[in-house]
Amino acid sequence: MNTLYKNISLYFHYISIVLRSVMQYKTSFFLTVAGRFLVSFNGILGVYFIFARFHQVRNYGLGEVFLCYAVIQMDFALAECFAGGFLRFPGMIRRGEFDRILLRPCSAVLQILGSQFEISRIGLIIQAVLMFGYGMAVSPIAWTPGRVAAVVLMLLGGTLLFSAVFMLEAAVSFFTLEGLEAANILTYGAQEHGKYPIDIYGGRMMKICTYMIPYTLIQYYPLQYLLGRTQRWYYGLYPLGVVLFLTVCVGVWRLGMHNYQSAGS
Amino acid sequence: MKANGNSLRKYFSFFRMRFQMGLQYRAAAAGGCVTQFLWGIMECLAFRAFYEADESAFPMAFSSVVAYVWLREAFFALFTTWNTDNELFDSVINGNIAYELCRPLSVYRMWFARTAGNRLANAALRCVPILFAAFLLPEPFRMTLPVNVQSMLLFIITMFLGAGVTVAFCMFVYLLAFFTISPQGLRMVFTAMVQFLSGAIIPLSFMPDSVRRVLELLPFAGMFNVPLRIYSGDLVGAKMLRAIGMQIFWLVLLTACGKLLCRAAERRIVVQGG
Repeated sequence: MNTLYKNISLYFHYISIVLRSVMQYKTSFFLTVAGRFLVSFNGILGVYFIFARFHQVRNYGLGEVFLCYAVIQMDFALAECFAGGFLRFPGMIRRGEFDRILLRPCSAVLQILGSQFEISRIGLIIQAVLMFGYGMAVSPIAWTPGRVAAVVLMLLGGTLLFSAVFMLEAAVSFFTLEGLEAANILTYGAQEHGKYPIDIYGGRMMKICTYMIPYTLIQYYPLQYLLGRTQRWYYGLYPLGVVLFLTVCVGVWRLGMHNYQSAGS
Repeated sequence: MKANGNSLRKYFSFFRMRFQMGLQYRAAAAGGCVTQFLWGIMECLAFRAFYEADESAFPMAFSSVVAYVWLREAFFALFTTWNTDNELFDSVINGNIAYELCRPLSVYRMWFARTAGNRLANAALRCVPILFAAFLLPEPFRMTLPVNVQSMLLFIITMFLGAGVTVAFCMFVYLLAFFTISPQGLRMVFTAMVQFLSGAIIPLSFMPDSVRRVLELLPFAGMFNVPLRIYSGDLVGAKMLRAIGMQIFWLVLLTACGKLLCRAAERRIVVQGG
């Protein structure tokens, strides 16, 4: 218990250092926030214009797509915020910084998580909240405690899922010693294309996104429950299944750590 | 005249240098190809769903949209404003710009040539495998050949014009570095806007008519929008001629203004020692 407390306070210490260093360059920080905001605003505008033309796709209206989009965007922004250190991990390996991390008497994962705290994603989070509000206002959802819980689970599960994918990508660089650009489709691609409920992409994509990387567990299934399209209340609990995926990712990470031989630089 | 020919050769060698350098990054390009190919598939599937939702609201033929998506993925590196040469930003920040200013060359032309070379190399590496794979896909997601020889030729011409407009615009973004200490944030703001305005997110034809009419007057419409729609036969006749005219107009105007701004920037630059 004591070590847990120590680790948590150490993590917050790391974060406070990161935040202070970011705040040294305030103009740069605010412009980055604005830039990130605009980048994802593009996506929202695109969806808005498409829906001005088509009104619905597979019976999802604009409000319903916005709900889905908002949750995915929030998941991704939170994951980038907390687990962004993994995204920089391939660079750490290449520059030999990871060797230094291994020398310290403290968990490597904690140090990697603490090395980054992307506070600039705050713009995305605000945007997602606004989008969610709009989606909620225009789509007729009867809010029940169960549905609120489903949204909370979607957010928790989604953040965990994206963080797990970041970790998996980082773990791959133990073996390749460099980043895997093709893996971007699993992170940025999922964020971008996850704006629509996955079933619009067809049955094959549903299978891939359930059995390979379980995106449907945090998006399609709980969404069906949220929108009242299914009698199966347990769809709302599906985000919990992400824990299974996380276990696999942690396994790969451990395997990588075990076989790590350093880049020698 | 001979002197002029000579000086153009200098800039051409900058272009060639960057082009050959860009061709070296094959492993990165291979990774990029896979990502962009999968990205294209997702886009096609999404458009398919909208096509099935309301066929009559679809502003282009479905095969034209598919061709648009694949060409966008194949030539993304040529037109995207994300892809900026960070060495140029760094040279302003770390003072290496001093060496560039010493050269008996125009900074504007030199950077223009470098950027163009870089972009062409990136696109040349990526377009072949992506298009090859796209031609092998099953219907309705298969890439189609251009409608006729004329549209193929016009596609190539407008692609170079569009690339010219893109580079001319990027030059403005580089020149920003002279006027601000943190160009990365501004760069992000600019590039984010351009992505949308150039038809990289959704083809401009999908936007409401009033919005589309305004966007077609802006320089950004010449980037993805014009060449990609000419290829698939979506942009033809008088509208096409007008679009090509706009590309040429903006190319001339942007380079002229860029040169002026560059001169102003060179005059006020202060290089710190160290």
